[in-house]
Amino acid sequence: MKDFIFLFRADYKELGQASPEQMQARTQKWMDWVGSIAAQNKLSSRGNRLNPAGKVVKQGNVVTDGPFTEIKESVLGYIVVKAETIDEAVKLSEGCPIFVSDGTVEVREFDVI
Amino acid sequence: MENQQLIPHLFRTEYRKITAVLCKLLGIEHIEIAEDIASDTFLAATELWGIKGLPENPVAWLYTVAKNKAKNHLKRNSIFNEKIAAQLKHSANGAEEIEIDLSSQNITDSQLQMMFAICHPGISSEAQIGLALRILCGFGIEEIADAFLTNKENINKRLFRAKEKLRSENISIEFPVAEEIDSRLEAVLRTLYLLFNEGYYSLSNHAVLRKDLCAEAMRLTHMLTENEQTNKPSVSALLALMSFQASRFDARVDPQGEMILYDDQNESLWNAELIAQGEHYMNLASTGNNLSKYHLEAGIAFWHTLKTDCVEKWESILQLYNHLLSLEYSPVAALNRTYAFSKARGKEDAIIEAEKLELNDHYLYEALLGELYSGVDNAKAVGHFKNALRLNKSARDSVLLKRKVEKLESRT
Repeated sequence: MKDFIFLFRADYKELGQASPEQMQARTQKWMDWVGSIAAQNKLSSRGNRLNPAGKVVKQGNVVTDGPFTEIKESVLGYIVVKAETIDEAVKLSEGCPIFVSDGTVEVREFDVI
Repeated sequence: MENQQLIPHLFRTEYRKITAVLCKLLGIEHIEIAEDIASDTFLAATELWGIKGLPENPVAWLYTVAKNKAKNHLKRNSIFNEKIAAQLKHSANGAEEIEIDLSSQNITDSQLQMMFAICHPGISSEAQIGLALRILCGFGIEEIADAFLTNKENINKRLFRAKEKLRSENISIEFPVAEEIDSRLEAVLRTLYLLFNEGYYSLSNHAVLRKDLCAEAMRLTHMLTENEQTNKPSVSALLALMSFQASRFDARVDPQGEMILYDDQNESLWNAELIAQGEHYMNLASTGNNLSKYHLEAGIAFWHTLKTDCVEKWESILQLYNHLLSLEYSPVAALNRTYAFSKARGKEDAIIEAEKLELNDHYLYEALLGELYSGVDNAKAVGHFKNALRLNKSARDSVLLKRKVEKLESRT
């Protein structure tokens, strides 16, 4: 089994403002989806959700407020899954709630250093 | 209480205290001497009380005799010179000066520190449970053998090896330092959790003994909640979990010793006092940022104390299992999650989830698939139940599975 990271990308604007009920329903969908992967013993790390606010640092100590929430493909969070092949990992992404928000799952294998 | 009952009763409550205090004094390498002195004390009580009658204060009598025996031993033995004298620098006159502290404070502290020593990460969990039963709970070798469904020789060997390990790892009997307390406490909780489960799920037919194991696990967990250093939310969560589970102890087995499944249990036999106790500790556990697996399992056990089926119940249980599995995988949690999924979202969707698990050759997996296909595709359901029967080794469950097959086949 190898580890693959799932990077969830979407446009924050597409997600829009959600009511507490909508938020709860959204969380539930994510938990069902992650729970299903975990129940197959294929979850390596439950990962993290990222806060939209952030900073970008460039050479010369140039710090800017993260403009990346404005772009279409912001990273919203990640998890790490276990699979034999990348095709198997891709199959695990089926039903990911990010697709409802028109987002993507980027599947990447870890490189052994 | 009559003599014949009093001594076994005191053995159960006092043996572990004397052993813990002496072992703390002598060091883990002399654990057998501590046990011998405690055993000799009870032997003396059995002999003398039978002839002279009960002393006025039996517990104080035991402590005095244990102290004297310990002092005599130290005087005679070289460990005093090698070990104790070196530590007791200000006592120049030897063993006469040693104070063997059997105050309730030192008893409690010694027992808690002993718990940390026994639940050391260097020792296998099987050995930890054996040692805990002997040293922390004062169980007899025969009782431990009964609980593990094995014989006394095996238990003696296992305990001997475990004590060797305690010595070779040079484990000290003390509270872990502040930075380590969380991780060491986690190991202690894991052992107490296994000890409880050993009693709760054991195949042993000895119901009284199994109940004792659960009660002991709860007593030790309770001791942890009473000490400032160890009273963490995860400890309260574990105690809440144990209380909820234990509340169904009497309802799970019929007078003939047959298992009664949750759905068929008589709720009036559920212990309301234990359920209330569980709720109390669950409230105490609801502080801090760390959501341990015991919090999640306590939550699941809490929902099971409500018999009525409702969407909210199964939806909550499903989410708790989702969370639990993302912390730590276990096949049983995966199966239970799928069952909760079927209750919350219906059998058809649950079948899709179940087929992904691929826990082939696990009889509970086949039984679950049988359950899910019942009423959806009865022919498939029968096939899965028959697979389960083929894989299952417990006669008790076979009866239940055969009944399911007969019921389905009579319908077609």
